[in-house]
Amino acid sequence: MRTDRATRKMEDTMAKSRALEVQEKKELASKEETTVPAKYYVPNTDIYETDDALTVVMEIPGVEKKNLAVHVENDVLRVEGRIDFSKYEGLEPVYTEYNVGNFVRAFNLSSKIDQDKVGAQLDDGVLTLTLKKAKQAMLRRIPIS
Amino acid sequence: MVFADPFETLFNFQQTLDALRASSWLESMPSGGGPYPPLNVFRKGDDFVIITEIPGVKASDLDIKVRGNAIRIAGIKTVDYSDKASRHRRERMAGSFDRTVTIPVEIDPEQVKAQFRDGILVLYLPRAERDKPKSIKVV
Repeated sequence: MRTDRATRKMEDTMAKSRALEVQEKKELASKEETTVPAKYYVPNTDIYETDDALTVVMEIPGVEKKNLAVHVENDVLRVEGRIDFSKYEGLEPVYTEYNVGNFVRAFNLSSKIDQDKVGAQLDDGVLTLTLKKAKQAMLRRIPIS
Repeated sequence: MVFADPFETLFNFQQTLDALRASSWLESMPSGGGPYPPLNVFRKGDDFVIITEIPGVKASDLDIKVRGNAIRIAGIKTVDYSDKASRHRRERMAGSFDRTVTIPVEIDPEQVKAQFRDGILVLYLPRAERDKPKSIKVV
């Protein structure tokens, strides 16, 4: 456990001094086809688990709160964020390095989630979802007498 | 551009963006420390607009400088975790960035405006008045 934490510390320190590289946006490879030919993208996501909750962190730059939909249904978490294209009105592209599109991503949740206790927060294009585990899925520590 | 049908617009816009990708417009610069953040450059009348996606970067960690026709965008992106958490998936990257780009027109540094919202940085770069082409009347 201790070595694990030490490694993690080192990783984090390294990450801070490292120069960032461009992560090519991943286009959504969906099983079903959409009715419109526009492209959808898969947001970069971090997922981590603590004793009582699962936290999902997604990068969805350009998505406003009102254009964001988060659903948990049948143990599937689905996030869809839409871009407001009217902001690009009157702009003529002359040089581009990335494409712009709506974001979609879904995850199957393995541990039982309390569907009524999902917290969502959007800051600087990063969506943080806190999914509280249901009581029966929580880790129980047995005291040893 | 008229934005009548949002789906049609989105498709056309994405096609235009893709067609322009990998053009050599901003290449072979004397300065430039890596390609992050990815930039889209637009023209709006005489002026230029640079848009970039930097989700997770705080406005206080951003450093933007303008001089002549060069724009420098530097900053740090941090990704924080609780120490006790076990990680399932890690796709977001953390680190520092520093990028300088040159615009083919002279810009008015006093009039440059920066807007940062929802992880998107927008820089409005108005063309300097003295750099604007003058129309000459034939007498």
